[in-house]
Parts: sequence; structure tokens; C-alpha cells
Amino acid sequence: MSIQITGLSSINGPLVVLDHVTGASYDEVVELILENGTTRTGRIVQIEGDRVVVQVFEGTNGLSLTNTRTRLTGKPMELALSTEMLGRIFSGAGKPIDGLGEVYGADYRDINGKPLNPVAREYPRNYIRTGISSIDGLMTLIRGQKLPIFSGSGMSHNKLAAQLVCQSQLSDDSNEKFAIVFAAMGVNNDVADYFKRVFEESGVLENVVMFLNLANDPIIERILAPRCALTAAEYLAYEHGMNILVIMTDMTSYAEALREFSSSKGEIPGRKGYPGYLYSDLASMYERAGIVKGGTGSVTQIPILTMPNDDITHPVPDLTGYITEGQIVLDRALDQRGIYPPVSVLPSLSRLMKDGIGEGFTRADHADVANQLFASYARVQDARALGSVIGEEELSASDKAYLVFGREFEQHFISQDSRENRTIQDTLELGWDLLSLLPRSELSRMDASLVEKNYNPDRAKRFRSDR
Amino acid sequence: MNNTIYSINGPVVTVKDTKDFAMMEMVYVGDANLVGEVIGITDDRTTIQVYEETSGLRPGEPVKGTGAPMSVTLGPGILTNIYDGIERPLRDIHEKSGAFIERGADVPALDQTRRYDVTVLVKPGDELSGGSIYATCPETPVILHKCMVPPNMSGTVTEVMPSGSYTVNDTVVRIKTPSGTIESLTLCQKWPIRTARPASLRKPISLPLVTGQRVIDTLFPIAKGGAAAVPGGFGTGKTMTQHQLAKWCDADIIVYVGCGERGNEMTQVLDEFGELIDPKTGNKLTDRTVLIANTSNMPVAAREASIYTGITLAEYYRDMGYHVAIMADSTSRWAEALREISGRLEEMPAEEGFPAYLPSRLSQFYERAGYMVNLNGTEGSVSIIGAVSPQGADFSEPVTQNTKRFVRTFWALDKSLAYARHYPAINWTESYSEYVDDLTAYYNEKVSPDFLTCRRRISTLLAEEASLMEIVKLIGADVLPDDQKLTIETAKAIRLGFLQQNAFHKDDTYVPLEKQLAMMKIILYVNDRCEAIIKRGVALSELVELGLFDILAGMKYEIPNDHPEAFDRLYEKIDTALAPFEKTAAEGTVNAQ
Repeated sequence: MSIQITGLSSINGPLVVLDHVTGASYDEVVELILENGTTRTGRIVQIEGDRVVVQVFEGTNGLSLTNTRTRLTGKPMELALSTEMLGRIFSGAGKPIDGLGEVYGADYRDINGKPLNPVAREYPRNYIRTGISSIDGLMTLIRGQKLPIFSGSGMSHNKLAAQLVCQSQLSDDSNEKFAIVFAAMGVNNDVADYFKRVFEESGVLENVVMFLNLANDPIIERILAPRCALTAAEYLAYEHGMNILVIMTDMTSYAEALREFSSSKGEIPGRKGYPGYLYSDLASMYERAGIVKGGTGSVTQIPILTMPNDDITHPVPDLTGYITEGQIVLDRALDQRGIYPPVSVLPSLSRLMKDGIGEGFTRADHADVANQLFASYARVQDARALGSVIGEEELSASDKAYLVFGREFEQHFISQDSRENRTIQDTLELGWDLLSLLPRSELSRMDASLVEKNYNPDRAKRFRSDR
Repeated sequence: MNNTIYSINGPVVTVKDTKDFAMMEMVYVGDANLVGEVIGITDDRTTIQVYEETSGLRPGEPVKGTGAPMSVTLGPGILTNIYDGIERPLRDIHEKSGAFIERGADVPALDQTRRYDVTVLVKPGDELSGGSIYATCPETPVILHKCMVPPNMSGTVTEVMPSGSYTVNDTVVRIKTPSGTIESLTLCQKWPIRTARPASLRKPISLPLVTGQRVIDTLFPIAKGGAAAVPGGFGTGKTMTQHQLAKWCDADIIVYVGCGERGNEMTQVLDEFGELIDPKTGNKLTDRTVLIANTSNMPVAAREASIYTGITLAEYYRDMGYHVAIMADSTSRWAEALREISGRLEEMPAEEGFPAYLPSRLSQFYERAGYMVNLNGTEGSVSIIGAVSPQGADFSEPVTQNTKRFVRTFWALDKSLAYARHYPAINWTESYSEYVDDLTAYYNEKVSPDFLTCRRRISTLLAEEASLMEIVKLIGADVLPDDQKLTIETAKAIRLGFLQQNAFHKDDTYVPLEKQLAMMKIILYVNDRCEAIIKRGVALSELVELGLFDILAGMKYEIPNDHPEAFDRLYEKIDTALAPFEKTAAEGTVNAQ
């Protein structure tokens, strides 16, 4: 059964319209066969009686109203899945582009996935050790979480993502299978190469599935890329019990592709021209992170997005923050001062952290140390603001102590080498060393007995001798 | 009459050339019987929003009317359950279709096989009207379910089954209506979600919804039958606030609507509420809770419906004479669902792409809150606590602004408080509650006449601190005179010791009103004593060194909720510490105790 329709009725951007089509179903994939024998793939995005609107994944260049025949496939967009995908590179639409041939599909799945029943979810509790103090200590990544990195153009988010990939370890049972699914959307060649090189150097390449949609690739494939990636991730996680870390970069390019597509469909725009359903659309991807009850696999997501003009209230970071379970925000001022990773501690947060740390997971005092560091560092900002008005010399003794604490905290706790892999012990001890810089009475967030045991001004001496 | 699909665009489907459907009628769309609702009718097109994913639908597939508006089934078995946006039980869907939700799942809302121990309360010849209770059965260990005549029905009882064990669909009573028809009453009934269930009278607000959260109960209380909004950017703790209220507020029934939010959060509620014990009844919190989970990746049209499903369930339990609190997290996602569907219908957008009817829909929803005298004479209330997720944490956006017009309690969550890990991050200068006046009698009679006096003094101190901090920001705290420094010290103790509350501490997570009052009193006592001493020329720094303010900041952990006498020891400690300073002058000390 292969109905073919000759010719098109109109072409507009990535969309083509066909008339007199019978038997088309919504969301179905169609094949467009050009006169020169090449084929393109498209998807039905609107049906009005016998008129259908098709989005063409590879773009409409070269299509005319007469040189094309269209064939309905009767199926939604599916991805061929198997464990052989590991180590392979695909286009945004899921076609192999590494020249190693097709992947034989052990299973085929609709790339849109299906919503995971909240009843079937396992609440995420196991942390992932990244070896990065600011993340492990203050915004711990939990298996099954979605924790985005909010960055800006020119900041070191790629380096940070690469470090996360190389250093991430499951806290317990390191025998469990761990793999990475990487989706690049609208990134330039250099970035894609950088990641390829990093994966190679760290010896994880055979455990990575890559979906690449470069900056000059068609935008429709950009919309498909994260969906293909997540379909692969879900397959590996839930069918093969693997723990999957999904890195998606750059979500802002993705959202821009969606905006372009939406406007070519003539939809009513919401904020900043993005379609009104941007939230639902982003959620349909982010919500695919999780753990299914009774299984061993998990899907953890680290989407990376660049905030246009470093504006965290821009629709893409804003809506992302509302869906994801926290965020890691990078700060340009820290970056410019050469601090790597430039994690802006105060606006960063991991919502699932509270249930995945402490006794039995990391260390009993983890939550207290993290809270106190947050609160103290928030005070540093006040002291700095005041200092810049009245001069540092005029500040009270405790405010001065906060300034020192702030400086050392940034230099030693936030900043670390891109190859430095710290244990939780190291991180928390470092936290205590730094807190010992402050007058004891300032540690109001913690139990007195905890302070008694760990607070010791001598510990802070190492920082003073540094200077 | 065969009606078939003509066009498909996302969740919106149209049927051509038909006059068979009524506005808001529930329909089944396609061969898979997807649930939909008629949302627009013109002479040649009927527009339907579909509550499930429309992938794979074809023009020409059938559309079947049901003749009834979108309704929910009301009866025993609702509590402890978890539903999707259109009252389909997610546990049953899980059993039927596995971890991922399949489309067209046809599962009844209530367990059809479970038997309830029913006590029939009427006898033949009794006159029943809408809302009359004809039978009761224990639904959970804490809630007695009352089966009521549907509001629009009345009649004389003709036949009564003996009390005993029945399922939800068994007839227990038959009545003859005034028009002469015989109606069979089972344990359940249907009600359209977009219509408020009628009550006979709306009563003035007089009772607070006690939440055990100090900043809420003391500074910005919400009343039973009231409505509150919790706006805040991401990470400010909206969901955490909602969870705390769902756990600890003194309503009889909790309806928790997760509307377009995270799946993991719903799982957390499921896990946690299944383990937590309600301090008032000693039973599990789930026994009084129903969850409606329409996570952000579930179909958008069902998200729009989930809010109405939730409030209808709440009204049903109110009709039985219970106090119900409904948490809607988040109403912004609901508004966005409206926007999305409005966009698909190519309606003219108003502000920020939201449809022009956003304010009227919001007001219709919030007006379903209230303290009512029900048709059967019982009294019950529905209180709404709606979270708002303003875009870019900007409270001037349409959903926050419109919500503000219809709620009387506003808990503004503040990013800078959240950054400093001050939770609950309710900003005390931006938030307000208009219920304080309505609740004055309650506080005076049931708690203490001092309560509102202390409350006023606490909020004055905080306001004074806010204006002093403007100066401190410019020139530092050192130059202030000692009495102003004292205000700052006291306000700091209020912030750390009173406003900040630790949801993970066994005592601090819920604090009864009496302890809240005792805490306020002791803070004010220290303030007054110090003020008097400073007036006699003692430097504040000497007093601060005594560590009194640190004691105030730590008392929330030190004094267990069930040991109020521990405050006496605290007073003694303070008196002893301050005694040396009293000797310097003999004149009258203030005793606020």
C-alpha cells in the first residue's frame, strides 16, 4: 500500500502543502521523491480535509510544484534502536553519518516518546559524583535528574560539560553500565569536534551515541535531534538497564529553530516571538529524564543553553528553569576573573539534592555545610555592596571577614582545574576550612554541636598563608 | 448520524457540517476513542479539543457524542487515589498499559469491585431534596463518605436496601421524583467539571486555615474558604510551600493538583504522603488526600481540565460538610494551556499572547472557593492555594496581575531570600493578607488577645528594619544610634528565629499557634528589656555579647512543640543574663510576659 501523490500545491520555508490526499494520518512520516531520484523525509503537521501540510526535514531547496512525488508511509517518525548505536554518530533525524552503514534496528520507537506515568516513576535518590566541588557540594547531581547549565556565549560551558562527562561516577556500584547520549543542536563544527575529541581522549567514545545537527544543517532536523537522542537514551536505559547521561547543547538554538518553524506555519507568537507552546514543547523533552520503578536504568539530563545577552529571564532559560530540577548558572564576571568553572553559586540550585545527600549517601553534615556556605556567600554580596560604597576599610570586623571568606571561597572552592577530580570528603573538608575563616557566631545555620566538632580557626590558616 | 474528523492541528480537531454537538459536550474522537470536548461551534465547523495525543488520527475517523458535558464521577474511592487531568486513575492505567501512558485508556474513575460498609440513613416515604444525605460509608480510616442526592434531583423514597456491603454502582435507594420517574441512587454520581456545585448560602469568613507555618499563620493568614496565590520565580520554593501546606494545614481533605509540573515532584508527593502521619488523626496523610497529576509532558488540553476536575472533587467533599483545601501547582501552566489552545483556534490574542478571556476564567476558578452552608444544611469550605509561575519572575505579567485581583492573600516569593536560603522565601514587605480583620474574633477568642498585638509589633519591627537597611546599605550599620541598632538586632532575630522555618526539622516543620505566640512574645520581651536598659546608657554591644539574640534564633529547634514550659526556662535565662544591667538603675522594667 503505497499511495503516491504527484506534485505539490505550495511551498513555504520548510513546509509544503499537498491537496487531494486521502488516508493521511496526523504526525505521519512521508517520503518526497524528487525527479532526480533523491528522497527527502517529512512529517504531516496539519490536516484539513484532503489537504495536508508537511514539514520537510532536509529543507525544501530544489523542490518545485511539479518535480516531486510524495509517498505516505503510514507510520509516525520512528528511530531504529539497538545497542549497536553506542559509538556511532547520527544526524539530527537519526540517520548514520559516520559512514559505517545503517544500524540494524532491534526495536523501533516513536521519537516523541510517551509520558511516563508518575505512578511508575522512582523518586531519584542516588547522587552522581562529578568531582567538581561547586556542583557536588552545593548543587549535587542526582541520578534521574534534569539539571541544565545556563551559560552565555563565550563561557566555558563546553569545557564544563566535557569535565562532567569524563569525571561523572555513580556513587555506588560502579559496575553498573554507564553510557552517554550526546545531542548537538545548531552548534558549530568546532564544538562538535571538541566533544568528539574529548570523548576519544577520555576513552568513552565507544560508550557514546552522538546526534549531530550542526549550525548549517536543516532546522527541522534540529527539532528532531533531542527527541531522537532521548528515544535512544530511553531505549538503552529501560530496555538494557543502563545509566544514561544525556547532554544536549544548545537548547537556545533548538528553541530558535522551533520559533522559525512556528512562524513559517503562521502560528500566533507568544513572548519574544516564541510559540505559545514552548513550555509544553521543552517539557516533552526534559520530562523524559527519570527512573522507572523496578528497573535498573536511569536517564539523567544535562541540557546546556546559552542565555541570549546573559539574560536569565529570557524565555528559554526561564521556561527551562521552571521544568528542570534546578540549574547550574555560569557567571561572566567569574569567568573573566579566570575562575573555572565559573559557577554562580547563589542562583544555582539542585532541587533533588536534599533527598540524595547526607548520611548513607554522601556525609551526614553535607546539608548543613551546603546551607551555611550558601548563606554566608549571600552575606558576602551584601558586604561587597556596602564596601564599594563606603570603602572596605570602613567595614565592620565581621563584614571584613566575609570579604576574605568570599575571596577564598571563589579561589579555592569554586575554582578548580579542569582535570581535578575531588572526592566528596575533599569538598566538604574544604567547606569547613573556609567556614573557619568566619567568626564562629556567624555560623547560625548549623547545629552548635556540629560547629563545635568541626570549626577551628587554625584550619583557615592555609588560606592566609597563600596570600 | 456519522460524524467524522475533518481537520487535525495538534490537540484541536474539527468536524464539518454537523449540528449534532452541544457546546462543552464530551466526545470520543477517532477509532481509539480519545476523550475530547467541544469548544466551538459555527454553522459549518465544530471544534473539539482532544485530551490525548492526536498522532495517528486520520480525517474520516468517527467522532461520537456522549450527550453530556465533560464530567467527573464522584463517590467513595476518590481519596488516596491519583488521577490524571480528566479523572482517570493513574495506578490502573499503570497496571493496564505499563510505565508509559498509552492513549485511549478506558478505565473507570472509581474502583468498581471494592465493597464499602454502607449505612443507609433513610426509610421509604422520606422526602429527599438535592444534597440530602441518604447513606454513609467509611471511605478511609479518617473520612466518612456521605452519599448525597445529586443537587438537581429530589423526590420521595420508594425503596431502600438494607445497610450492608455494596460497591459504588449498586443501588441503595430509589426515589420517585416530582415528575413521576423512579431514580436509582447508587454510591456515586456524575457532575460536570465546569459548573460549580450549588450551595444554599455563602457564609462570611471567620476561621483561619491553620498551616503551622509561622510566616503564614502570623503575618499573612489564609482563611477557610479563602483564596491565596503563591507567585515566585523558579527555585523560590512554590512547590515546597504547597507541599508544606498540603501536609500540615488543618483542612479535612486535601486536593493536590499538579498541573503541568514535574513528574518527579508528583512521585515525591506520592512517596512522602504515603509515609507521613497526620499529627491530628494519627493516620497516614494519604487517607485525606487525592492527587491530580497532569505533568508537563502529558497532553495540554487535559492540563486545562485538571484544575476544574480538582475543584469539582473539592466541592463534592465540601458538600458533605468537610473543610477542603485545594493546592493548584501551577495556575500559570493552566493559563499557558489556555493560551496554547487559543492559539490553535487562531483567536485574537490579548496581553503576551494570552486570550482575552484569561481574567474571566481565573475569576471563575477562584470564586469557587468559599465557606458555604450546603444544600443539606452542613457547613463546609473550599480554600484555594494557587501557585503562579511568573515568566522571568516578573510579577507584572498577566497571570500574576489578574490572579492578584481575585485572591485576598498574596505570598510573594522572593528570589534574593531564596538565594540566601531563607525559607519559606515569603517576602514580608510585598505579601499581604486581607483576612486578618475577618479572623480577629478567632484569634482573640481561640488563641489569645495578645496574638494580634504581637503580630502588629512584629510587622512594625520588620518594616522599621526595612527602612533602616536603606540607610545601612549606604553608610554601614556602625553609625546608627543604639536604639535603631536594637531594632536591627531584633528584626534579625525575627527573621532567623521566627520567619525562617525548617521544613525538614521534626519540630519546626509544623508549629502550633500557641507556640508561635510564645515565640513572638519572648522576642518582644527581649527587645523591650534591652530597649529599657539601653535608655539608661548601656551600650547595645554589651547586650549582644550576652548571646540573647542567638538564643532567640535557636529556640525553634531547642523548644519542642509539646513542651511549652521550656519557654519559662528561657525567660529565666534571659532575666539572669540581664540582671547585672538592672542594678545600674532601679526604675521600672517592662514586663511583657
